Amino acid sequence: MNSSALIHAVLDGVLTGSVYALMATGLTLIFGVMNIINIAQGILVILGAYLSYTLSVHFGIDLFVGLIITIPTLFVVGVVVERVFMARLKGPERTSMSILVTYAISLIIEGALNMIYSINIVQLKAWYVDKSFPIFGIYLPYIYLFGFILAVVLLASLYFMLYRTRFGASIRASLADQVAAALVGINVKRVSTICFGLGIAVTAAGGMVYGATNAFNASTSYDLISRLLTIIVLGGMGSLGGALLAAILMVTLGDVVAVVWSPIWSSPTFFFVLVIVLSLRPQGLFGKQSARVA
Amino acid sequence: MSKAKPTAWGLGLAVLILFPIIETNPAWTSIGVLTLMFMACTTSWNMFSGYSGYVSLGSAIFFGSGAYTMALVSTHAHMAGGAALFWLIPLAGLVAMVIAVPVGAIALRVRRHTFVVITIALFFVFQLLAINASFTGGAAGIYIPLIPWGASYYNVPFYYVALGMVIFATLLSAAVRRSRFGLQLLAIRDDEDRALGLGVRVTAVKLTGFTMSAFTFGMAGALYCMLQGQIYPQFVFDPTFDITVALMAFLGGFGTLLGPLLGGLILEASQQYLTQSFSNGSLYLILFGVLFLLVILFMPQGIVVAVSQWWNGRAQRRELKATRDPAAVGAHT
Repeated sequence: MNSSALIHAVLDGVLTGSVYALMATGLTLIFGVMNIINIAQGILVILGAYLSYTLSVHFGIDLFVGLIITIPTLFVVGVVVERVFMARLKGPERTSMSILVTYAISLIIEGALNMIYSINIVQLKAWYVDKSFPIFGIYLPYIYLFGFILAVVLLASLYFMLYRTRFGASIRASLADQVAAALVGINVKRVSTICFGLGIAVTAAGGMVYGATNAFNASTSYDLISRLLTIIVLGGMGSLGGALLAAILMVTLGDVVAVVWSPIWSSPTFFFVLVIVLSLRPQGLFGKQSARVA
Repeated sequence: MSKAKPTAWGLGLAVLILFPIIETNPAWTSIGVLTLMFMACTTSWNMFSGYSGYVSLGSAIFFGSGAYTMALVSTHAHMAGGAALFWLIPLAGLVAMVIAVPVGAIALRVRRHTFVVITIALFFVFQLLAINASFTGGAAGIYIPLIPWGASYYNVPFYYVALGMVIFATLLSAAVRRSRFGLQLLAIRDDEDRALGLGVRVTAVKLTGFTMSAFTFGMAGALYCMLQGQIYPQFVFDPTFDITVALMAFLGGFGTLLGPLLGGLILEASQQYLTQSFSNGSLYLILFGVLFLLVILFMPQGIVVAVSQWWNGRAQRRELKATRDPAAVGAHT
């Protein structure tokens, strides 16, 4: 092991970790506001990646420019899914049911993607995917930097919306206590729908960067969703800051393990760390204690 | 109703016993074995998750452990292929229970929603261990001693062993349902904090239920391994197994006794049929997903509850009609 490989691993971890943070934030936002675990998040990231793929290959639209189309598209997908399926889920087993429903949705999307795009593995192409820039004595493709900037900009605007606007305040109120939020006149139903839309919309951006930095097909989504779930549980389900920190921490750790040890142990590290942390702190790093009751 | 119930159960059992005698086509008996296997697993899943409300999506941990117990013991002990291997099935169940204790101790530290996610994470730990550890033979898998039975009745012994598992799992689940322990599980499902306040030792009860349910999974895994003659990590530690078992229970009726049996029967049989009819795997995924969605959205409480509600509703409507009848009204006044 040499030090440049380690630097590479840490840089890669921080840069791609921010993209995972973006995807995980969507997941944890949906859970926090609606008590819904969206298993389809993984396949939606892949859907976002394939949308960017179609736009760039068939229409010659640049990956980043294409986001102007794909982000609203997935927002609408999210709103429709919430209105048609999620709003119908009621009763004490609501969260468990949401897992099954979103899993069913994910199977349908997986089948459709396999039919449309075949199971051959593809990767998004652009000049910034092929060209690299020097940093700390190593070379990284520009996409890592651009993806990082994109994730930071989107996360920053999401945080601005959540913490500096009136609508954001109503989302945070719903995160904290739905009944109390409804009592002070917040339309929790509308907030839920928009949150679900937002939570899904981030997968368009996440998917584009993921597709440009990894080769993918529809079944890649299983690895992705298990990582995302680990991240949000580790950060504390429903905690936005927790998801952010856990994403960067876990991806960096996974990359370092891959370099120091072997790539085989990169994914298991994720789960081992989760198991250890939860044995010591069942509510996750930043979870509310009340999450135990939920 | 109370008199009709034992008759109906007996009739169902008779049909299951007679099935391989009447239908001897191996293609059908093989569907039969897998269907029974899933019925046993779903009943066992329901005995913990259905009663306690703790939805586990890590059942494949125990299924896979059972399968690997069968594969490793039979190859290392140089056993001859044949009926003697069936004796390893209870052993596989016990191994699964031993593994369930630490798994449950970790996963049950958290409440329901997080529990679901942790079982998924723990499942992936086990899958990756099976793929990467040296003693499992890695991704290349393990071949177990060849079973020298003729192809025409190869499935039949497996069928009856699987049927035995279904009966075992059902009786166990019924016994739990009627016991004090079962009531404690149901109390946890309804309100865990109140159950705790009333003196139920919730952690011990949950862990016991979780461990008990692992036994049938281990046995089913061992049977599956024997039936297939070889195993690969991806096939026995399969994430879709986790989801399928949960779906079967929800389809039939979460927390009921009959529901998981019906769900397993309907879903596994139709799933096998669909796979055989549609060689196109993607179309099959879409169909399966749509079926899945329709069931959850239109029968969220499962077939058993939906049918009995419809039945009771019909009886009520009939009564209502009778009271509106002029003669009946006259009789009242």
